[in-house]
Amino acid sequence: MSDPLVTLVFYGIAAVTIVAAIGVVSLRNIYRAALCLVLTFLGVAGVYILLNADFVAVMQVLIYAGAVTTMLLFAIMLTRSPGSPRSNAANRQSGLALFAVLVLVVLLVLALGTAVWPQTAPVAAQSSVDVLAKQLFTTYALPFEIASVLLLAAMVGAIILARED
Amino acid sequence: MIDWADTVWRLFTVFAVLIGALLVAAGLIWVERRLLALFQNRYGPNVVGPFGTLQVVADMVKIFTKEDWVPPFADKSVFVLAPTIIMAAVLLSFAVIPFAPGFQVVNLNVGLLFFLAMSSMGVYSVVLGGWSSNSKYSLLGGVRAAAQMLSYEVFMGLSLMGVVLLAGSFDLATIVDAQARGIWYVVPQIVGFVVFLIAGSAETRRLPFDLPEAESELVAGFHAEYSGMKFGMFYVGEYLGITLLSAMIATLFFGGWSGPLLPPFLWFVVKAAFFVGLFILLRGSLPRPRYDQLMAWGWKFLLPLSLLNLLVTGAVILAMA
Repeated sequence: MSDPLVTLVFYGIAAVTIVAAIGVVSLRNIYRAALCLVLTFLGVAGVYILLNADFVAVMQVLIYAGAVTTMLLFAIMLTRSPGSPRSNAANRQSGLALFAVLVLVVLLVLALGTAVWPQTAPVAAQSSVDVLAKQLFTTYALPFEIASVLLLAAMVGAIILARED
Repeated sequence: MIDWADTVWRLFTVFAVLIGALLVAAGLIWVERRLLALFQNRYGPNVVGPFGTLQVVADMVKIFTKEDWVPPFADKSVFVLAPTIIMAAVLLSFAVIPFAPGFQVVNLNVGLLFFLAMSSMGVYSVVLGGWSSNSKYSLLGGVRAAAQMLSYEVFMGLSLMGVVLLAGSFDLATIVDAQARGIWYVVPQIVGFVVFLIAGSAETRRLPFDLPEAESELVAGFHAEYSGMKFGMFYVGEYLGITLLSAMIATLFFGGWSGPLLPPFLWFVVKAAFFVGLFILLRGSLPRPRYDQLMAWGWKFLLPLSLLNLLVTGAVILAMA
């Protein structure tokens, strides 16, 4: 990121993403928290674009910001009334949550501290879709298929749970 | 160094597409009212200006000068935000459409996916509008919209993957080029075309798919509480939506700007205009399905059909390669 404009845009996007992410966990109104989640996903998509990963960025918008969060809002709309202002449940597990977060922070610091970072964003020699497809179906074919089977199992499980018997 | 000629041309494309799309959408309101009147054997707006064309201007003046009212029981910030989302999402989609060779705001590698992503962003407009109004009819409209648009988005995306397989690219300009050299994709992808036509009109929430607003059941559904220019933005957003959909059909299935004799841009306009007319005819002639019919038809018929289409297309391409 040598271009100062790109750096500036990155900090802008990063700020929006972080503020929105804080909103997701701190807002008392669960509906607004879900809306902040959309903004967070869009911010992450922006970072992907800056990294020349346009396909991943569009998929992020299409699946996470689009489909997943719409499902979330749909569920909220079905179960809560719009008038209830304080609906983001806060429970008594804050100690446990703090412990989990601390463990995560330690793990992340260890992982990020030892990783070797490329100094510049990789420049796509060809369309990123082609590269991604080749990688998915050759090098990473097995993890890709395992993920697919996992999703299928989740789908079947959801249908069985939802079925009236 | 900055290439001034290039910069000016780019700025011109941006503003031409932006203003052009808005003007076309406004003009369509008049076109639709006249055409519907024609189909239903009445006159339609024919008094203001030549053939009633200035009716649009009169409507605009009216809608801009109306009281901009936010219901006291509404969730104010979301209520105000909702109508802007549909306008932004649809107008952003126009950026990737190749109107003529070189006349395109931005040539994205993943243009087709960008269009799908923006249309999934447009869902929020209706859902948020329905929720923030804090009224039962609006909420029902919003819930219906969320389920309908989420479902039909799936078939819309799948129906286009056949085109992507044939062209070997998500880039809309490449897709048009491939059709200009070979055959219009409506021929090998007739199934994909029909599914896209149905799913696309479900995405724009117009009759026969206007269940989120269904005035005979839900007053006006998700925009029952909206008035003035906020309602106007939903309204113009709907017309921008059918313009966009017609432009996409022309681009993906009917060769975009390619065609003999006439200049490319004119071909594009002619093709898109034909589908706008078709959508108005559909609105004038089809009844609205029941909600369960809509869902059953989508998931039990359109989904298997578009998957089968994808499978057969892939198999044929493999066999021919």
